[in-house]
Parts: sequence; structure tokens; C-alpha cells
Amino acid sequence: MAISQRAAPGATGLVFDVQRYSLHDGPGIRTTVFLKGCPLRCAWCHNPESMNAAPELRVFGSRCIRCEACRAACPLGGARPGEPPDPRVCLACGSCAGACPTRARELIGRATTVEALVDALAADSPFYDESGGGVTFSGGEPLRQWRFLVRALEAARARGYHVAVDTSGYAAERTIVRVAEAADLFLYDLKVMDPARHRRFTGVGLEPILRNLRTLDERGANVWIRLPLVPGHNDDTANLQAVGRFVAGLRRTRRVHVLPYHRLASAKYERLGLVNPMVEIPSPAAADIDRAVAVLVSYGLDVHVGG
Amino acid sequence: MNARVAGLRERSLAARPTISAERSLILTRFYQEHLGRHTTPVLRALAFRELCEHKTITIEPGELIVGERGPAPKVTPLFPELTCHSTDDLRILDSRPLTSYGVPDDVRQAYADVVIPYWRGRTLRDRIMEMLPREWHDAYEAGVFTEFMEQRAPGHTVADGKIYAKGMDGFAADVDAATAALDVAQDPLAGRRREELAAMRIAAAAAVRFAERHAELADAMAATEPDPVRREELVRIAEVCRRVPASAPRDFWEAIQMYWFCHLGVITELNGWDAYSPGHLDQHLEPFYRAGIADGTLTRERAKELLGCLFVKFNNHPAPPKVGVTAAESGTYTDFAGIDLAGVRRDGADGVGDVSYLLLEVIDELHLVQPSPNVQLSRVTPEHFLRETCKVVRKGYGYPALFNADGVVTQLLRKGKSVEDAREGGTSGCVETGAFGKEAYILTGYFNLPKILELTLNDGLDPRTRRQLGPRTGDPRAFGSYGELFAAWTAQLGHFVEIKVRGNALIERLYADAMPAPFLSLITSDCIAKGMDYNEGGARYNTSYIQGVGIGTVTDSLAAIRTAVFEERSAPMGDLLDALAGDFEGRDALRQRLVNRAPKWGNDDAAADGIMQDAFGAFVDAIDGRPNVRGGTYGVNMLPTTCHVYFGSMTGATPDGRHGGTPLSEGISPTQGADRLGPTAVLRSASRMDQARTCGTLLNMKVSPGIIEGDEGIAKLANLVRTYFRLGGHHIQFNVVSVKTLLAAQAHPDAHRGLIVRVAGYSDYFCDLSRELQDEIIARTEHEAV
Repeated sequence: MAISQRAAPGATGLVFDVQRYSLHDGPGIRTTVFLKGCPLRCAWCHNPESMNAAPELRVFGSRCIRCEACRAACPLGGARPGEPPDPRVCLACGSCAGACPTRARELIGRATTVEALVDALAADSPFYDESGGGVTFSGGEPLRQWRFLVRALEAARARGYHVAVDTSGYAAERTIVRVAEAADLFLYDLKVMDPARHRRFTGVGLEPILRNLRTLDERGANVWIRLPLVPGHNDDTANLQAVGRFVAGLRRTRRVHVLPYHRLASAKYERLGLVNPMVEIPSPAAADIDRAVAVLVSYGLDVHVGG
Repeated sequence: MNARVAGLRERSLAARPTISAERSLILTRFYQEHLGRHTTPVLRALAFRELCEHKTITIEPGELIVGERGPAPKVTPLFPELTCHSTDDLRILDSRPLTSYGVPDDVRQAYADVVIPYWRGRTLRDRIMEMLPREWHDAYEAGVFTEFMEQRAPGHTVADGKIYAKGMDGFAADVDAATAALDVAQDPLAGRRREELAAMRIAAAAAVRFAERHAELADAMAATEPDPVRREELVRIAEVCRRVPASAPRDFWEAIQMYWFCHLGVITELNGWDAYSPGHLDQHLEPFYRAGIADGTLTRERAKELLGCLFVKFNNHPAPPKVGVTAAESGTYTDFAGIDLAGVRRDGADGVGDVSYLLLEVIDELHLVQPSPNVQLSRVTPEHFLRETCKVVRKGYGYPALFNADGVVTQLLRKGKSVEDAREGGTSGCVETGAFGKEAYILTGYFNLPKILELTLNDGLDPRTRRQLGPRTGDPRAFGSYGELFAAWTAQLGHFVEIKVRGNALIERLYADAMPAPFLSLITSDCIAKGMDYNEGGARYNTSYIQGVGIGTVTDSLAAIRTAVFEERSAPMGDLLDALAGDFEGRDALRQRLVNRAPKWGNDDAAADGIMQDAFGAFVDAIDGRPNVRGGTYGVNMLPTTCHVYFGSMTGATPDGRHGGTPLSEGISPTQGADRLGPTAVLRSASRMDQARTCGTLLNMKVSPGIIEGDEGIAKLANLVRTYFRLGGHHIQFNVVSVKTLLAAQAHPDAHRGLIVRVAGYSDYFCDLSRELQDEIIARTEHEAV
């Protein structure tokens, strides 16, 4: 490919879903854009389709009618009706998805231009207006595609939409500073406050995450903290206290959302042919959620349960 | 609710709907003696008087608001002058498992011995069926359309404020003035008008006599009542019944009783569709409420109690059953009497007042199937009232339904109403717009849009009956473009609309001549001034509506043909027609492709939505604005009640992948399971229908309890409604997803593909979850259910 034909950096992004009527990703009725690819490997991830920074095939076994159209369409002949893709032979070319009469097979992750994305976001703009909603960029880790993200944020903002970024915070400092210039709100995850445990459960270091949060806070960014509450992983009092202490030490950030872990994601793993590492983890009991809220409230924080 | 209302409610719920022959016997005797001795309007008025004078009346223990159509609560009379039930009908009604009616032996006997022998061959229905041409009967029997007035009289009408300002004495004085003003020399219809006015005069006196009998009964009961508190109540009831409807009500209690006597008058005189409705009850009662509170004669609790007593009255009145009933037909007891909360006032100001909130509480606490409450939401309606409404919606009763009050005004203005009359109007029945107290807006029947496509695809032949019903619009195998197909569909549509409209003309004329309604005319402007009956065009506005059914099915079917046959060319027309003829037997892959890979309405998809606009536009063009025989014009509604099930049973497999015999899409909701992008996409698609060109559309939406939790959930539900109405939507009604729905989705995933469940920030399509997770959500929903 000649270099001159390549699009400018960030002109397209790898988007795996645009979810309308999102009620839990910031204020009002929103559209959430999911960008594919994530540097973290959280043990409790409920968006497994977001991890891999490349298109993937997803299979809904229950929709399959065993018509064999997928096998016939597969250039390698390796598609198996109703079965998740075999990563050894699947190129994620999407041929089978195009042939499937029941939409049991779906190619997730497609290169999307900023223009096409913003047009799609316009569909629900009357609902944003009425509800004080807008658009949230999530993932995956949206900062991973920061050039595209900044363009998309600016384009959405130019249409008057409130724009939020849902992030793990794991990025270079200058990246998040650049994104902060284009965003109205950050939904910022704090998961585990012990560095070793953080690395064990997410696969990455904690330090840049805390540094970036401080930076955003100091620069006056609007930040809502999100704490996924995962039984046996981060719901111990020490961790909750550490979160409370850290947020209370920030200059202006006070709002914390506790997101109780839910097993719903296990179906998503199956569709991708992945093993859900968390199948045996229960959802937190109501009393545990209350306890977590109480700990955080004791630090003077504005605590909410759910998105 | 207090103990009195709770007791009345309990007794109303416990009583089995039962049929009485009393009205039929009084009418039969009356007709045997009087037929031929009076002009028709006077005959009808005298028949009404006979009923008011002789029907059994009752005052039930604890009642404050009195009067029943039948001899006792939940007992419904029949209307043999309109339709005469056969002994088979009565047997089936008594024994069918759903919506059955008790038929005591004496009723059966009376029908066999007296009623049937007199009325067989003389009912209005007999005359309608005899008069209508063969082509009408063929289309009717094929399930192309239905006809409301073959079962019940024109109705669907609503009270306005005048009955709270004027008693029967005032109406009678107006009648006298109109009679005196008749110019027999100049007006060729003066004689006819005089008879109609004479009939109204008789009807006014009859209604007063009916109330007076209740006063006499209350006095008699008071004389022997041991409980001093109840005795006082009975004395007061007697006083109220001597005041109204004879004269205008003076206080809150009298105002409610005034409405109720008018209601009983309308539904005793004739069996009009949807009974009669109070309409803007909050606005009408507000002055009485304020005055009562101000002078200390009324408390909030007393007002609520009286409203509760009125609500139970509605519930005491199951809809009279149809004739020709089958064991399988479920029907409904609901008679659709509607109460419109909020809305706007005559001058455009917000209609919400204290009584609006009071009514919301009554609706919530009593949650009866009747009356049917709705909220008319205007730009000027306070957000607080909308949120309080949404909190009741969240309870999962399926109501109050929400209507776009400003959109209703637009629709009414478009149909020629003055702006004041439009603002005083609202919706009744299911969703139909009307100028309350001033309009006879008559629903004439449902119209099966997908059946028209089935006929088109078979060159006018009905595959079910093998009859050539429609014109030959060509063998679709020879169509070279989608445009040719759509033109053929439009031609078939026009053909059957013509048959329907011609049939209506005959039927409406017959009602005008043979079945006037002098009491209803009395309280409907401008029947007195014109000296003309409600059923003849006496009302200020006279509209006829046809109800389109299956817009989702026909849109998706046309979209599937355009995509598969003409664009992708993945299925030749012949192949598709063969698959349809065989109900997709052995053609599952093709069916799945049609279901899943063609554009579907309800997904904010320009291709599918454009097809809907074309189909809807053709339907409106064929009907809207055509003159009817009452001096008004036609309009369309997009609503099915339950007719999409019947029409579905009469319609074979459709190109959207629907199996033959299964229900069509409902209202303007997307085809069951076709919407996959959530509620905002559904609302965008629905709002692409130019609803200002209708006289009412119906949109049902399912919401899972999880998304309307807490104040924030309520706020977002309110946002959803406001936005839909900003986009031009007419009506939305929420069904909070129940465990029953989830179980149905588990059993039939194809019909529930769009069902989204949400739990704490994560959502998924229910049908795509594993059985185990589905079960967990079902358990959770059970837990959340209010």
C-alpha cells in the first residue's frame, strides 16, 4: 500500500459496538461507543470482546440452525455451525457472518471513520437534549486509540453533545491530558489499590493510573470514579479504605460509583470461544454493597451504586 | 383506599359478570306495543323512558355514587334491537373458559320464549348484513376488514364540561328554544327536526325520572336503616339524586353523580362502543373540589373516597358481549371508558390541578381494569406530574397510557376543529382523538394491511378461501421492479378501502334512520341547535375512522421482498411465493434470511422506515379526507386492540418470515422481536410515521424493571416519553416486563429477540443469554416486581 493512500492517523478507529439508550455510563440517556482493544486483562472483565485490538468473530450458538452456510462460506473451510471460532484457523474475515441467515455469527470490530461514527451518534441526539445525556466512549480502553478518540470527541462536541470517556486510566500522561482537553467527563476506574494485587488481577501496574487521575484532578477535569466491586478480589475493607482515602485526597473529585460485579458476562466469553476466568465468582450480596458504600461515605465521598 | 372503597372494590372484583334479560324483555314488550305509533326518534326516546321507569334499580351497601345499567353490579343487559343473541351464543358465553358471562336459566328461557322469536330478522345487525353487497361480505369473511357497527352502536364518545354547568332542565330549555325557532315553512327538514327535538325532551325527562327513583329508594332505605351514619348517607344520596341530573351540580359529590347518571343514560339508551367517558375529569371536578375545600364542606379524603366509588362503578360494568361468539374468542370485559388527566385547558394553559394528583392516587390504589386512565402530556405539563405518573407506570399495571396533548391538538386542528374545541378534546377508546362533547367520531373497523399484500402476491386471489377477491394486479413473478409490486399493493388497497367506505355509508345511514340516540344527542353539541341526532350528523364534528393494522408486518414484508428479490436477488419471486404457499415448510434457511437479513422497521433504519412511510402514506391517501354520510370526513387510526391476532389467523405466511396464522405486528410497534437496537431506535422509527396525519396511533413498549429503578430511572423514563412526543409521537404505553414475559421469551425466543435486560451497567438481549443466566434474571425480576 502506498503511503499516500493511508488515512491520516486517527481518521478511523476500531469500534465494536455503538450502544444506544445507555443509562449507566454518565448522566442522562447516552450512546456508548465501544472501542476495541485493551492493555488490561482484568480477571472480572465483562466485555471480553473488547480485549483484542483486532476484529474477531463472535458466535451465538443458540441462534444456529445448522444450515452449514458458514462452513460453505469459510475460505479455510474451518467454520463450524454453532461453535465458537477456532482461533487456530479463523482469520476473522467475516465471510461466515455475511452468509449466516440467522445472524448467529457476527464480526465484531470494524474500522469506522469519525464522520460515520458521529452520524450514528446523531440518531439519538433528541434524547440527549431532553435528558441531559450525550455520548460516552468506552472500551476496551479508549485511550489506546487516543488519536481517533480525540477526533471523535471533538466532532461530537462540535455537534453539541456532552462527551464522556470511560477509562482505566492506563495511558501516557500526555495522552490523557490531550484527551482531557476534548472531554466533558471522565468515568475513571479504580479497582485495586495494592500495586502487587493490581498487577495480578489486571496485568498492568497501578502507578500510571493513580498519577493520571491526580493529573486530571489537578487540571480541573470532571471525574467520576468507578469501582467495580468483585467479591474476593477487591471488596475487602482495606482496599475500600484505600480507594476512599485516595479519592478524598484529590482536590475536586468526590463522586464514586460502586459497580457490583455480575456474572452476566459469562455468555459473552462462550460466544468468543474463551474461558471465563470468573465463572465461580458470585455477585456481591446487598449487604456487601451496603458495606462498601458505608466505607466510602465515611471519607466524605458522594457514593452511588450502579452506573 | 379506605375501608368503604376497599369493600366496594372487593365485591366488584368478586362478582361474576352475568347477563340479564330484563332490558331485552322491557324493550320487546315496548316494541310490541309501540312500533308504528311514533316516529323513530320519539319511539327510541319512549323506549329509553320505559327503561328508566321500569328497570330494576339498586343501591348497594356502602355506596355513595349510585346507579347501575343492569339490575345489579357486574350484570349486563343486552340490546336485542341491535343484535339478538342466539341460545347458542348464550350457552357459549356461559361456558367458555375466558371472559365468560353467567347466563341464568331464566335468561335463556326468556330469550327462547320471548326475545328471539320477536327480534330474529328484525335487528339492526340483520338489516346491515342483508343490505351490504356480496363483495363486502367476501372481504369481511376473508379477514380484510372488520365492522364495528355490526355488533354495537356508534360510540367512542366523551363528555365535555357542559354537564357540570347545566342540568336536564337547562338542556330541556335549549330544546324548547330550538323547537320554537323551527321554521316549518322555510326548512324542509323542520318536521324531522321537531321529532328529534321532541325525542330529546322525552329523554331529558326520563333521565331525571331515573335519578328520582334512586332518591325514592334511598329514602325508603334510610327509613329502615339502623346505622345512623349510613342513614345520613342515604338521606344525602336521596338529596343528590333529586338535584342531578335535573339541575346543575352544586358540589363535588353531585358533580360525580351527575357524570355517572349521564354515563348510565348513554349506555342504557344504546350499546355504543366504549360506553361513555368522563374525559378531562380532573379539570371538570377541580372547581367543585376547590370550592368544597375552601368552604370546609369537603376534605381531600372524602374527595378521594367519592372518586374511588366512581371507579368501582366503571368496574361494575363489563362490556356487553358480542353475538356470534365462539368458544375460542377471548374478548375483554373492558369497555374502554377513559379518563384523561392533565392536558391543556381551553385557553392552552396547563390542565393539572389538585384533582389530577388525587386521581393518580386513586388509579394507583384501586388499579382496576376499568376505567382506563391516561395522561395527556403537554409541553406545559409540569415535570413533577409526569414523574408521579411514571411512578404509577412503574407498578406495571400497563397504565396510565401517555398521550401527546399538543400532538392531539394538531391532529384535531388538521381535521377542522377550532383551537378551543381541540384543546378541550383528547383521546378515548384506545388512542382515538376527538373533540369531547362536540364530536361523533365513529370507528368503523380494522383494516388488515398485510392481507392486502397477500392478495397482491396472489394476483387478487385469497389463498385461504381460493376466491378471487381483489382486482387482477398481475402475477408478481412478472414484476421487474419493487415499484411495480408496490403499485399493485396500492391498487389492491384502494379497491378494498372503496368496498369498506361504501359499506360504511350504508351502515351509518341506517343508524341515522333507524337507531337515533336522543339522550346522547342532548349532551353532544350541537345536536339540539341543529335539531339533528348524534347518529345522523347532529354533532358539531362528524368523523369516521378506519383502523390500520399490521403496519410493521407489511413494512417488513415489503422490505424483505425488495431486499431479497429485487436488490440482492438472493431469492427469486417464484421461490419466495412457493415458500409462502408452503408456510416455509422445509425452507427454514430462507425464512431465517428473511427474518434476520432484511431491513426491519423499528431499528431506525432509513430503508425500512422509508417503506413504512410509503405504505402508511398510501393508506392515509386512500382514506383521509373522504366525505362520510354525516357531513364529516374520514381519518385513519393506527391501532389494533386485539385484532392483530384475529387478522393474523386469517393471513398466511408473509415475506417477513412470519408463519401463517400467527399474530400480525401490533399497533405501530415493530414486528415482535424485530427491533434490536433498543427503545430509542424504536421511537425514532415510530416517529418517522407522520402521526399528525392520523387520528391516533398506538405504541406499546416493554421495559424491564431494572431500567426504571429509583428516581433516576423515573427521570429517564420521563425523558424517553418527552422526547418521543417532541418527535411527534401520539401515544406510548409501557408494559413493565413481567416474569411471565421472560418465561415466554425463554420458550419462544424468536418472538422476543429485542427484549433487553439490564443489570447494573451491563445489558444484553435476554434471548442470547444462557439458560442459567436467564433463570437468574427471572428470579431477580420476581424479586423486583412491585
